[in-house]
Amino acid sequence: MPESFPDLEPVLQRHGRQADGLIEVLNHGQELYGYLGEPLLRHIARELRLPFSRVQGTASFYHLFRFTPPLRHSCLVCTGTACHVKGAGALLAVLAGEPLAERGIELGSVRCVGTCSGAPLVVVDGAVWNLQTSTALLAGLRRLEP
Amino acid sequence: MSLCLRVCTAASCRSRGGEDLRQALAAVAGSSTVVKGVGCLGPCSEGPLLELETASGVGHPERQLFGNLPASDPAALAALARSLRACAENPKAPAPWQPPAGQALDLNHPFFRLQRRLVLKHCGRIDPESITEALAAGIYQQLQRVLEANDPAAVIELVRRSGLRGRGGAGYPTGLKWATVAKMPGHEKVVVCNADEGDPGAFMDRTVLEGDPHTLLEGMAIAAHAVGASRGFIYVRAEYPLAIARLRQAIHQAEQQGWLGTAIAGSRFNFEIALRVGAGAYVCGEETALIQSIEGKRGMPRPRPPYPAEQGVFGLPTLINNVETFANVPALLRLGVEAYGGGTKVFSLTGDVLRTGVIEVPMGTNLRTIVETMGGGAPQGRTIKAVQTGGPSGGCVPAQQLDTPVTYESLQALGTIMGSGGMVVMDDTTNMVDIARFFMAFSREESCGKCVPCRAGTVQLDNLLCRILERRANPADLEQLESLCVMVMDTSLCGLGQSAPKPVLSTLRHFRGDYLAMLSPEATP
Repeated sequence: MPESFPDLEPVLQRHGRQADGLIEVLNHGQELYGYLGEPLLRHIARELRLPFSRVQGTASFYHLFRFTPPLRHSCLVCTGTACHVKGAGALLAVLAGEPLAERGIELGSVRCVGTCSGAPLVVVDGAVWNLQTSTALLAGLRRLEP
Repeated sequence: MSLCLRVCTAASCRSRGGEDLRQALAAVAGSSTVVKGVGCLGPCSEGPLLELETASGVGHPERQLFGNLPASDPAALAALARSLRACAENPKAPAPWQPPAGQALDLNHPFFRLQRRLVLKHCGRIDPESITEALAAGIYQQLQRVLEANDPAAVIELVRRSGLRGRGGAGYPTGLKWATVAKMPGHEKVVVCNADEGDPGAFMDRTVLEGDPHTLLEGMAIAAHAVGASRGFIYVRAEYPLAIARLRQAIHQAEQQGWLGTAIAGSRFNFEIALRVGAGAYVCGEETALIQSIEGKRGMPRPRPPYPAEQGVFGLPTLINNVETFANVPALLRLGVEAYGGGTKVFSLTGDVLRTGVIEVPMGTNLRTIVETMGGGAPQGRTIKAVQTGGPSGGCVPAQQLDTPVTYESLQALGTIMGSGGMVVMDDTTNMVDIARFFMAFSREESCGKCVPCRAGTVQLDNLLCRILERRANPADLEQLESLCVMVMDTSLCGLGQSAPKPVLSTLRHFRGDYLAMLSPEATP
């Protein structure tokens, strides 16, 4: 995590450094730097003139904010209703037994991305992989660059 | 022969290669051929989809729809492009074009024929990234008419007379809500669009946002004029990156062309819209939590009253409606109360059903018509056991009740709700206790933790359901499950907790056998 955050300036300005822009600023911060490390959160608190606890407390409320650096790849198993009915639980169970982190793949879940016709689906590095079976998914993940 | 090729580039077809298909077909574009990316064409399970409109100069243009087209194979895409070019260069009206790969879909199938598209009128027709096409299709004309007439009370009266109710799930009368906000004192008011479509298995709002964002903006502007608001917010969930991009672009275009901003269409009406992106909290779909989130705080609900109509965003009188509700307004104004009739409801049909996708049907259509006639029923060799509506706040309709018409009241009578429109079909292999536990785990995870009944109750309910699933429960546990459900429902602060027990109570009511079969008489409490 760098010590200064000049790229955040445009979004701070857009919200006039007002407290109501906090979530927008956090979203952009995470987009720019990959995660919300403490130096970044402290910078945002200073710029918006908010207590650090308020910034930390708000950020930790929302599922999508993360406070540790992401791994090289991410694999999110959709656990929405349609995916659940179509076997997302089995996919998760198989993946949980694999040493994915060693290969730089972070396993997570997401509650419905809204393209349920492809259920069960996973989101790998932002791309949706439809109609997955555990065999196809493991094969696909093996093809990712380590 | 002139051709118009419409390639679906909404999220579902995009995940099946719709964007690759559009780029490959862009090479076919020429003097007589138009290629464009459009919003959802409907049957997502057959994606990527292509609509071909051919006009030979005589008669109406012919529409054909094709599915399961190649998307990643360059050779197959090239063959497809060649075949289409040959079709375009053929001066005579040829026999219907057949793709070298993929299949033609029958547009007379009930899936298409039984729809009434008011909200989705332009979705799948126009390029959602082009305001020129939106204007050519008549979007913003109703706003212009409203501004010329400058009679907000008449608009509210029209909405009230139409009987339009909130399409987000609760079904509050829209006209009444507008009238309440309009009557509030003060010059500063706010209009908020709830696009935090959090119910798993629901993607109607995503379809509108990705396929026709300008109709939403028009609906919001009409509402703002009616209630006297000059500021608007759209709160959209972060899980919809394409919808966010399309909205940003549409807002920018509307500002450039004078349909948002100051002195809209030469009138004295000012209205600006800001986009707020969520960060993954289901509870933010609850209106008071959503307001907190717009203000940059933790999305925690607060007791009502005061209702948002009195004290909403920044303490100002606020009108909150769902995407589909706003998108209904231009259609209602265009048609008038008589022709609008009972209106429509958009559903996303998914789960154990042959054809999945997005449909818009007249209000009151039978569930059986939707699931069996339009969706084709359960896959081969299976039968439908239940249809889940309303997500974690709803319940399951058993197969024997499928002849129920889809209305707010009839679904409520069955122990579920209309909800926002997610419809998940479950076949006979589904264990309903597992479904109940799935939703309870969801509510437990998403409970904001502010009030005790929801924070602690969902945990206890989840534990009890797990006990049953692990065959460790006895009849007394089942009794406790039921009484705890009622307690959480009666005493929770907001809609999340009040409706979290619904999936349990509804499955207990209709599928008690599934529960009893999993009880262990020997288990000790």
